[in-house]
Amino acid sequence: MSATPDFQTPLKRVKGLGSAKSGTHHFIVQRVTALALIPLVIWTIFLALALVHADYAHARALVHHPFAAVWLIAFVVTGFWHAQLGLQVVIEDYVHTKWLEIVSQLAVKFFFFVAALIAIVAIARIALA
Amino acid sequence: MAVVRPTSPHLGIYRWPLAMALSIVHRVTGIALAVGTLLLVWLLLALSNGPEAYASVRAFCGSWLGLILLFGWSWALAFHLTNGVRHLFWDAGKGYSIAQARNSGIAVVVFSLVLTGLIWACVYAQGGAA
Repeated sequence: MSATPDFQTPLKRVKGLGSAKSGTHHFIVQRVTALALIPLVIWTIFLALALVHADYAHARALVHHPFAAVWLIAFVVTGFWHAQLGLQVVIEDYVHTKWLEIVSQLAVKFFFFVAALIAIVAIARIALA
Repeated sequence: MAVVRPTSPHLGIYRWPLAMALSIVHRVTGIALAVGTLLLVWLLLALSNGPEAYASVRAFCGSWLGLILLFGWSWALAFHLTNGVRHLFWDAGKGYSIAQARNSGIAVVVFSLVLTGLIWACVYAQGGAA
């Protein structure tokens, strides 16, 4: 018999303890972003090939096109999201010092979040100019 | 009371199956792509900043170091893409027999090299890199 009564419902207790249907979330998002990246990455290869011999004005015109801008932003967001999920697993597997693991996980999240934002702002500046 | 127990296979004497090598390469290329895609961010940032900034990105991409990085990036992308598709088939429950997994592994290596070759053929068909 405990001194303090337990007001938690069984549902409240199981959430955050077991999977409560969120344990596979990371796995699924990694696959969904992977699937989305197939067309995104193939188109980005074509864009990169078009950029090889483009001068500044031509290169800007290529990214200025609304379709290209949207597609590039989709690629950058999906790509860095997928990258962060992958690097998270790598850190989980190899970094076993608790504070170092937390610091590197946060560093990777912040770093790729900022990288994606920089790319989005750059694309928007070109597309809206 | 030392009990002699069987030990797990020692990496030094364990023959590397193809699947094991490809699994590790998938992870390594994934890390390389995460870092390498920052080059695209740099390019877009420079393109939004003006002709001088963009010229420095082009100069770097045309340098020996830039070309080596771009070549590595293109192969890493080709491999991670094709082997990623192989993983998606596994996730769907297909291709798990030893023969299938081995054949798809060989196919991934060949196709990633062909794709990389195609990309660089396109670069040089346009008259060389940068």
